[in-house]
Amino acid sequence: MLWFLLRRTFLGALVLWLITMGVFALFFVTPNNVARSLAGRQATPETIQLVEARLGLDQPIWKQYLDFVRNALHGDLGYDYYHQQPVTEIIVAALPITVSLAVGAAVLWMLLGVTNGVISAVRSGSFADRALTTFALFFYSMPTFLLGLLLLYFLYFQLTLSGYPFFPPGGYVPFTDDPYEWTRHMVLPWVTLALVLAATYTRLTRGSMLDVLGEDYIRTARSKGLRESRVVVVHGLRSALTPVVTQFGIDLGQLVGGVVVTETVFSMPGLGKTAIDAINRQDLPVILGIVLFASAAVVVANILVDLAYAMLDPRVRLH
Amino acid sequence: MTDPPPTEVHDEPSAAPEHESRREPAITARSPWVLAGRRLLRDRVAIVCLVVIVLIVLLAVFAPLVASITGHGPNQQYRDTGLSPDGLPRAPSGEFWLGTDSLGRDILVRIAYGARISLLVGVVATALTVTIGVVVGLAAGYLGGVVDTILARVIDVVLSVPFLLVAIALVSIFGAGLLNTVLVIGAFSWASMARIVRGQVLSLREREFVEAARSMGASSARIMFVDILPNVLAQVIVYTTLLIPVVIVVQATLSFLGLGLPAPTADWGGMISEAQNYYTTSWWFVLFPGLALLATTLAFNLFGDGVRDAFDPRAEGLTRGWKG
Amino acid sequence: MRKVNVGSCLTRLHDLSAGSVVFDGRDITTLSRRQLRPVRRDIQMIFQDPYGSLNPRRRVGSIIGDPFAIHRSGARSTRKAQVQELMERVGLNPEHYNRFPAEFSGGQRQRIGVARALALNPRVLVCDEPVSALDVSIQAQIINLLVDLQAEFGLTLVFISHDLSVIRHVSDRVAVMYLGRIVETGRVQQLYELPRHPYTRALLSALPVADPDLADSQSGIVLTGDVPSPVFPPSGCRFHTRCPRAEQDCVQSEPVLAPVLDDLPDHETACHHPLAVGELLSDSQPSIADTQIQNRTDSGRKSR
Repeated sequence: MLWFLLRRTFLGALVLWLITMGVFALFFVTPNNVARSLAGRQATPETIQLVEARLGLDQPIWKQYLDFVRNALHGDLGYDYYHQQPVTEIIVAALPITVSLAVGAAVLWMLLGVTNGVISAVRSGSFADRALTTFALFFYSMPTFLLGLLLLYFLYFQLTLSGYPFFPPGGYVPFTDDPYEWTRHMVLPWVTLALVLAATYTRLTRGSMLDVLGEDYIRTARSKGLRESRVVVVHGLRSALTPVVTQFGIDLGQLVGGVVVTETVFSMPGLGKTAIDAINRQDLPVILGIVLFASAAVVVANILVDLAYAMLDPRVRLH
Repeated sequence: MTDPPPTEVHDEPSAAPEHESRREPAITARSPWVLAGRRLLRDRVAIVCLVVIVLIVLLAVFAPLVASITGHGPNQQYRDTGLSPDGLPRAPSGEFWLGTDSLGRDILVRIAYGARISLLVGVVATALTVTIGVVVGLAAGYLGGVVDTILARVIDVVLSVPFLLVAIALVSIFGAGLLNTVLVIGAFSWASMARIVRGQVLSLREREFVEAARSMGASSARIMFVDILPNVLAQVIVYTTLLIPVVIVVQATLSFLGLGLPAPTADWGGMISEAQNYYTTSWWFVLFPGLALLATTLAFNLFGDGVRDAFDPRAEGLTRGWKG
Repeated sequence: MRKVNVGSCLTRLHDLSAGSVVFDGRDITTLSRRQLRPVRRDIQMIFQDPYGSLNPRRRVGSIIGDPFAIHRSGARSTRKAQVQELMERVGLNPEHYNRFPAEFSGGQRQRIGVARALALNPRVLVCDEPVSALDVSIQAQIINLLVDLQAEFGLTLVFISHDLSVIRHVSDRVAVMYLGRIVETGRVQQLYELPRHPYTRALLSALPVADPDLADSQSGIVLTGDVPSPVFPPSGCRFHTRCPRAEQDCVQSEPVLAPVLDDLPDHETACHHPLAVGELLSDSQPSIADTQIQNRTDSGRKSR
C-alpha cells in the first residue's frame, strides 16, 4: 500500500515534470511579443528591453526553466505579467468557482447517469431502455457550448421575458456571500455540464450492469429469494460501479483543472475562463501555472481512482 | 498396448473434396466484415443516420451550388437586403431561407460552406489520431520491453494533459488555421486509441498464430501489421466512427472560443460564437448552425453505435477531457 | 509464466536457458533473427491448437501463402496455384482458398497448419502435440497424413505428445521426459518392451490394454504425490520424490543418460537404480487420471 503510493507519486511527479518541460518549450521558445505589448505602443527598444529584464525574459531559456522549477517546488508559480499578482493567488481565487461547478455537476450527472444506466440495464430492450439510451446519446452529441446557449435562451431569456426572472444570465456569487444567490447562479452551469457528461455514465453503467447481472452470483442471490431491488442495488451495482468510478475520477480530475467552455458561456471567472483570458493576453506564468495545476489534478485523480478500485474490488491488489 | 487408430475415417468433408463441392456449390467467402456490414444494414437507425451523413457530405460538396441557387456568396454581406433598418439580422424569408447573420450574410450558404470545414477536420484529424494511436499501440503492445515502458509513459503524459487548455494555448501560439487545428487535435487525442490497441495487442501477441508467424521467420513489422492489425481492426473502426463526432465538436469548440479559422471563413462553431450576442433578438442565427452541428454529431454517434453493435466489442470511455 | 517447451526451443521461438540446438552440424542456439531466417525454412512447426494457431481474420489462402511471402519465395502470380496445390496435397478443397479459418473444422484447420508448414519444403517438422486438441476420430487422419507426408517429402518429424499409443505408432526413436529432463531414450521397440526407467515403466503401465488376460498381469502403477514445480525441481534425480525405488543417492546426485547393462548403445537411461528386464514396480492402487496429467512434457521422436 505504502509502496504503491510512493511509486505512483513518483510516476505522477515524473509525468508533471515532463508536462512542464513540454509547456515551457512550447510557450517560451516560440517568439512572443509580451514585452512589446506591455511596454505600450510608443515604447522605445530600451523600454522593451527593460520590461523583458523585469519579467526575466532576457535570461537564457534553460535558466528561466530552472528558476521556474525551483520556485514551483517551493510553492511559488511566479507572478502574472500584467498585475504582478502571484499565480498561486490567482489559482486559489479561481479554484472555488471551478470546484463548485465541477462537484455540483458531478453529483447531478452521477445521479442521472447511474440511475438511467441501472434502469436501462434492468429493463434492457424495453421502451424505457431505448428512450433513456437515446436521451443520453442526444446530450452526448450536444456540444457543451450549444447546450449552454440553449439553456440560456430558454431558461434565462424566455423565462425572464415571461416574467419569471429566476435564472441569471451568468456570473458567480461566492457561497459565503449568499448561499441562495450562489445556488441560483450555479443551476444552469451544473445542468449543462451534467447533461453533457451523464451520457457516458449511462452507457458505462448499463454495459457493466448487464455484464454483472449475467453472473452466477446474481442468480444465486435471486434463488436465495432476495427482493429484486436488493439483488440489483446491493449485489449488482457494487461490482458494476468499478468502471464507472474509473471514469468518474478521470472526468472530475479533468474538470477541476478548468471547465473551460461552461465557464466561458456563463461568464464565471473559474480556472478555465482565467486560463482562456491568460492565453489571449499571452500571460505565460498564468498559463503555465494553470496547466500544471490541471495536470496535477488529473494525476492525483488517477491515483485516487486506483485506491478506490482496491476498496470496491477486494481482488485488486495494488502494486 | 492399443493398436493405432483406424486409418481411413471419412467423416471430415475435406477428406473428399469433390463430394463437398457438389454439396455446397457456391463457395461464398463471408468475411467477418461482410457479416458486420450485413448486421449494420439491418439496423434502421444506423441507415437513417448514414443517410443524414451522406446528405451533409453532399451539402458540403455542393456548397457552391447552394450559393448559386440562392444567389448569395458565403462571405458576401448584404447590408441592404440582409439587415433590418436597425442593423439587426433578418429572419428566414423567401430571399434568405435560413435568415441572415449580424453582417447580413446568408446563413444557409454559410452552413453549407461550414460543413466543409467540420467534415474535413473531422475526417483528417480522426485519421491522424487513429494512425498515431494504432502504430503506437501496436508497437508498445507487440514489441514490449523498453519500447513499451517508454510509450506507456508517453501515453500517461498525454492523457494527463488538460487537453482543451493546451489545445487552445497551442492554437493561439501557432495561429488558428485548418492545419494547426488538425495537428493539435491529432497530437493530443491518440493516447486513448493507443491504450485500447495496446491492451488488445498484449493479449493477441500471446496467441499461437503469432508464434506460428515467428516460427516462419516473419519480421516484427510484418507480424504487427499483417497478423495482429486485422484482429484489432474491428475495434479501431468502431472507435474511429465514434471519434469523428468528438473531433467535430472539438473543432467547433475551438472556433467558439475564438480560435477557429480566420474571418470571414464560415465554420459552425464560429457562427454560433458570433450568434452568442444575438440570441435574444435573432433565434435563427444560433439555431440553424447549432442544428447543423447537432445533426452531424448525432448522426455520427448513432451510426457509430450501430457500427459497434455490428462488431460488438466492449465500449470504453473515449471522451477523456473533451467536454467541460 | 509462459509455457516454454522443447518444441518452441528447437524452433528458437524461445531462447534457451541452457544447452544448445544443433541443426545440420551447425549450432543455431544463439543465431540472431536475421541469421535464423534461412534456418527457419528448414525447420517448420505444427502447433497444438488448430484454433489458436491460425489467424482468425485472414483467409486460408493467405495464411498458407505466408511462408512464400515471408521468404519471398516464388512469384506472386504463381502463389495461388502453389497454395492450392498444397491444399490439395493435405486433403483440403482448393476451392476453399478464400475462406476464413472459422469456416473449417478442427481437423481441417490442422491440415491448414500442415500445409503452411510444408510450403517451403522443410527438412524437419516439429509437431507440438499436433492432435491432442482434436477429436479421437480425427486424430488418426492427421497422424496418417503426417506419416504419409513424411515418406513423400523425406521429412524428419519431431513429434511431441503425451499420447503413448500415438508415439508408438509414428516413432522410430522415443525420448521420455520428466520435469524437463530426458530420463530415457531409445528405439521405440526397445523402450516400449524393456523400459529401464521407473518413470517410463509407470507411464507404460497406464496404457489401456486390449487383451483382458494381459490387462490383469500388467496392472497400472500409480505414482503418488504431486508433480514438483518445474521452476524449483527436486535435487538429484528429479523423479526421486515420487519414485518407489528411490534411495539416498537419488536425492544427492543427478543420474546421467547412459546405456544400462547389455542394452543397445542407443538405448540410454538416466537412473541410479534401473529396472531389470521384466521387473515390475512395487505399487499401490491404479489411477490413470493421475499419470495422464503428469506427462505433459513426455516426448517421442521419429527420424528416418
